[in-house]
Amino acid sequence: MSASMETTGIQPGEITAFLTDSTLCIGCKACEVACKEWNELEQDGLTLSGFSYDNTMALGHSTWRHVKFVEGTPEPGLGGNAPQQLSWEFSSDVCKHCEVAGCLEACPTGALVRTEFGGVYLQPDICNGCAYCVVSCPFGVVQKNEEDGRAFKCTFCTDRQKDQLQPACAKACPTESIKFGRLDDLRAHARERLETLHARGMHDAQIYDPTDTSVKGIHSMFLIRGEPETYNLPPRPEVPTVYLKEGWRSAAIQGITLIAGVALSFLAARAKRNEVQA
Amino acid sequence: MAEQHPVGFQWVVEARERGGKIIHVDPRFTRTSAMADIWAPLRPGSDIVFLGALIHYVLENDRYFHEYVVKYTNAPTILRKDFKDTEEGAGYFSGWNEKKGLYDPTTWLYEDEPVKKSHHHPGHHPAEGGHAKDRGGEAGNAHIYETDPTLQHPRCVFQVLKRHYARYTPEMVEQQCGMPQSVFLEIAKTMVDASGPDKTAAICYAVGWTQHSTGAQIIRAAAILQLLLGNIGRPGGGILALRGHASIQGSTDIPTLYDILPGYLPMPFFEDDSTKLEKYIKKHSTEAGLWSKFDHYFISLMKAWYGDSASEENEWGFQWLPRVTGDHSELGYWLDMEDGKMEGLFVMGQNPAVGAPNGRLQRKAMAKLKWLVVRDLVEIETASFWKDSPEVERGELKPKDIATEVFLMPAAGQAEKSGSFTNTQRLLQWHNKAVDPPGDARSETWFIYHLGCLLKKKAAAHREKTRNLPLNALTWHYPMQKPGSDEPDAEAVLAEINGFQWKGHSLLKSYEELKNDGSTACGCWIYTGVMPEKGKNKANMREPKDQLGHGWGFAWPKDIRIIYNRASARPDGAPWSEEKKLVWWDSEKREWTGLDVSDFKQTLPPDHKAQPEKKGLEALDGDKPFGLHPDGRGWLFVSSGLKDGPLPAHFEPLESVMANAVYPVQNNPPAKKHERKDNPYAASPSDPRFPYVLTTYRLTEHHTAGGMSRGLGHLAELQPELFAEISPELAEKIGVRSCEWVTIVTPRSLISAKALVTPRIRPLQIGGQTIDQVGLPYHWGWKGMATGDVTNDLLAISEDPNVRIMSTKALVCNLLPGRRADHKAALKQLKKLLKETA
Amino acid sequence: MLKDLLMRWPVIRQIQNGSNGNGEESWSERTRTLKPKTAGAEVTRSICPYCGVGCGQLIFHKDGKLVSIEGDPASPISRGHLCPKGANTHQLHTHPGRLAKVKYRRPHGTEWEEIELDKAMEMIADRVWDSRERTFQEKQDDWNVMHTKAIAHLGGATLDNEENYLIKKLFGAGLGMVCISNQARI
Repeated sequence: MSASMETTGIQPGEITAFLTDSTLCIGCKACEVACKEWNELEQDGLTLSGFSYDNTMALGHSTWRHVKFVEGTPEPGLGGNAPQQLSWEFSSDVCKHCEVAGCLEACPTGALVRTEFGGVYLQPDICNGCAYCVVSCPFGVVQKNEEDGRAFKCTFCTDRQKDQLQPACAKACPTESIKFGRLDDLRAHARERLETLHARGMHDAQIYDPTDTSVKGIHSMFLIRGEPETYNLPPRPEVPTVYLKEGWRSAAIQGITLIAGVALSFLAARAKRNEVQA
Repeated sequence: MAEQHPVGFQWVVEARERGGKIIHVDPRFTRTSAMADIWAPLRPGSDIVFLGALIHYVLENDRYFHEYVVKYTNAPTILRKDFKDTEEGAGYFSGWNEKKGLYDPTTWLYEDEPVKKSHHHPGHHPAEGGHAKDRGGEAGNAHIYETDPTLQHPRCVFQVLKRHYARYTPEMVEQQCGMPQSVFLEIAKTMVDASGPDKTAAICYAVGWTQHSTGAQIIRAAAILQLLLGNIGRPGGGILALRGHASIQGSTDIPTLYDILPGYLPMPFFEDDSTKLEKYIKKHSTEAGLWSKFDHYFISLMKAWYGDSASEENEWGFQWLPRVTGDHSELGYWLDMEDGKMEGLFVMGQNPAVGAPNGRLQRKAMAKLKWLVVRDLVEIETASFWKDSPEVERGELKPKDIATEVFLMPAAGQAEKSGSFTNTQRLLQWHNKAVDPPGDARSETWFIYHLGCLLKKKAAAHREKTRNLPLNALTWHYPMQKPGSDEPDAEAVLAEINGFQWKGHSLLKSYEELKNDGSTACGCWIYTGVMPEKGKNKANMREPKDQLGHGWGFAWPKDIRIIYNRASARPDGAPWSEEKKLVWWDSEKREWTGLDVSDFKQTLPPDHKAQPEKKGLEALDGDKPFGLHPDGRGWLFVSSGLKDGPLPAHFEPLESVMANAVYPVQNNPPAKKHERKDNPYAASPSDPRFPYVLTTYRLTEHHTAGGMSRGLGHLAELQPELFAEISPELAEKIGVRSCEWVTIVTPRSLISAKALVTPRIRPLQIGGQTIDQVGLPYHWGWKGMATGDVTNDLLAISEDPNVRIMSTKALVCNLLPGRRADHKAALKQLKKLLKETA
Repeated sequence: MLKDLLMRWPVIRQIQNGSNGNGEESWSERTRTLKPKTAGAEVTRSICPYCGVGCGQLIFHKDGKLVSIEGDPASPISRGHLCPKGANTHQLHTHPGRLAKVKYRRPHGTEWEEIELDKAMEMIADRVWDSRERTFQEKQDDWNVMHTKAIAHLGGATLDNEENYLIKKLFGAGLGMVCISNQARI
């Protein structure tokens, strides 16, 4: 590795996070492209949405970063040259890597795991495409690729993190709107930044990090202006499996009769994957 | 800037975070506007009204940087008695020749400045340069002049400037630009408050300013403003061109252009002054300043090109250089191509079928060539015009009738070859080859080198012909990258560009070592020092050691990061302030020192008195920072070198919805419209067929004419289709919603796009009138993954008089709901629409 | 065999070792040994080919094949960042639309034909030579002109300085072409 490669210095066991500061985002979509380049994701649609400059529209199995465009409408009647009435906000969405992750709780095959950096990782070699995770994600992040048969989402560039490299999106981001680092550091940074923004008169700025719901906080935090709904962020996300306190142990016991069936599907999926990966 | 140069924009965002103010002036609310403190929309093409009013504000409110202006600019210089400003000439400067459509700039000279007469061959129209150096190396004799340091003399530049901009008032801005006075005044105040001894303000611009019939003058207006505010040659100041291609700066420094030679030396023109080397050198040399060594730069270039065949006896090969006899720029020769006057064309890394104005004419013209060579990474529209262009679809061209032979050559990408790019800040950066190009793809270096070898072989078979002398003389020995390879070593080419002693071939460290006796060879004098010794390629240096980035790449000239940086110090040599110190005089060591390489003779003290007999920089006072000018001053007023006047003046775009309210002359007088049947114009002002203002632009998701983005899935999906941005008001007026088809019409063509209705495009309220705007990005064509109509089909071929750039930012159009007709019916529809009032 | 397979199944492992089943015990062999694709690759320093900002790039390649192209954190211009175009430089080089053979269209032809590179070079040299011979003007009214206006060149802003230099040298100083132009204006 060249000496010019900057390393994160973050060791396994330390919890990492994204902080996406939308007050610095310029809507260039470098994060979307850097993500697709690194993860070798296909283009997934060539239709004009008509919705501002957002032709990506949503996260999905082949889109793991998505820049949202929020156009502020001028007050009607002012017309003409009233530029002060305009605004254009951008924010790059991504998997939240929840503290309590709905997808991970729902996964019957153990394809979804917690990594040594605290991220939620979907193991493509384990996933059997049951898509329980898809419906269990409170943010609508995970999507099944019907052609491939498996579900996909942001990997948190776990492969890069293992080599102390920052995720591709954060590295590319021209204005450092996407920050990557230790969760605690970024939480502290977010609080400081919020104070700065408030002091500058941006009283509508807030940190999006739902620690007071069953999600118990996220590892992809956001600094936004205005209400979370504006950016399609649920104000109170809840984990669907929150009532299954025992997690998979109880699920496994309750579902004992299903074991044989699941095992078969697991083995079958594994065989298929071996072909794909060869 | 956020739209086109996101990574450069990180520094703007950082400045904002540290308390800097960002002002964005653009007709559209863009991703840049979203980050700005002030967004000020203005009517496309009204830029000089806006900038002129800022100049007026600075002068009227006495907010200029007094000492800087008196000492470092030509504000105190006295002009000739017979100079007439546009105020006196009803929109014309003195010297206008209606019959020729040209200015005679003699009366624009400084008082007492000797006239250098150019002689043209009788009976021949003089070659009209794009590069207007027809008075010699910028301005041959401008070192002789009178000044009034009190700035009170009625004919001093300062007073002329005051009178010229007197009518550029905030009221005029409101009426002509559609910018409220309050917004204008806020901008003016912010700008002047951010300038002074301990502060600086920068202006960034791109082709939104240049692609106008007054393009060069818009930039000049910005230069005047920045000189008045003392923002040139100082850290955090300047006028920064944001350029759209990796080496567009390099391609003018080492020009693939018709009117200049490397290092901004003029090509010899068809004129008496170019009949003898002596005359040519006399014309282009100055007495004072850096151009006094013009012969050193030029003869060293001839030596690099013609080697041992270049000698004093044969004027170093000067007679072998081709002469410029007219407008040989792209737009000029493309019209010749359409008129059947051309045989062959090479296109390398450009896509005129999509990227050039009046696309229909562009494509049809290529059908009149005998042969066409296109080199690119992909099959671009230019290569396949004969097969699948709109003209083929519409029956205007039939493949079987087209005799053009086409060679589409696969080119190497930057990861597959080594070489240097010069970025927008004059920085040469080397890119190293990582892998081989695929299949038969090759670098341009490979292609030109091997083509040259084949052609030299042909020339060698006919040595007796005069025309073959230059080709036979041409030095063409380059080592290969490695043994067994047929790829020439790009570093060997860079070494030739850098320059070397002819005997012994040792490399040169500075252009100051160049000689006029044939003992040195140099391919581009301003690049000398990029390879000061064998094996040391400074463009490939990657160890930045300070804030200015010294140690990373090489900034021409001499690795100076901020040009004219003598101006960062006071006349006595001390920094203007601690905050803004850059280069200063060290009185103990008796030399200039500081954070940057000094753009001034290292040992010339600030109190040096001009010694005219010595020529060069010593012929200037020690407090004159602008060494490329023979008076060493920054030019508020340009006495020679421009085709359309010594001061920027507002003229309406060639097609406009408004009459010029500033002068009784509608358009920039010497601008070229090239109006003809296949390049028609709307009536101006106010053609009832075309009620809307049309402006074109780019998006960050694509690259220019699309060859490097439309075929790539990750980019194509981000902006998959051509769209027309219109305001909700205009959408309602014509009855369309977002994603519904609209048709845009100009006198040249009609295209369809999907409507993108957005409040970011605003109707402008101007003089009680509502002016609607239509915005069109231009990246699409009919090939690649993301396809769409060619926006540039709507544009006219036109040329500004100084650099021959087309107008793309301010036009007029009509907008209709629905999609245009296909096939032959499209032409019928156009014909019909051109007869109707909108 | 069956036991081995079953033991890999997370649910079984959870039951056996009592963990919550989402952690390391559920990592597959692939996850356990995951590495960035750039690991072990050679790194070559480069500059972005798109706009005039000139961002630094690092090209990762293995066995003559491109693996990834990323920003160069050491660049004082870009600090490792790239825009959407720059971030897509790997696809620019590797996408299926890249040309690898010379395509030739004969006069009045309706389709492309593939020809060999050497043959194309000879043919182009012949065309240039013939056009130059037909149209070269040495003098006009006793003054040297030494040019041909019938052959033109377009392009250069996307090319290297060294390439532009050779183009201007061969086409201008060697062949006497004056119609030389590119995207730039000065």
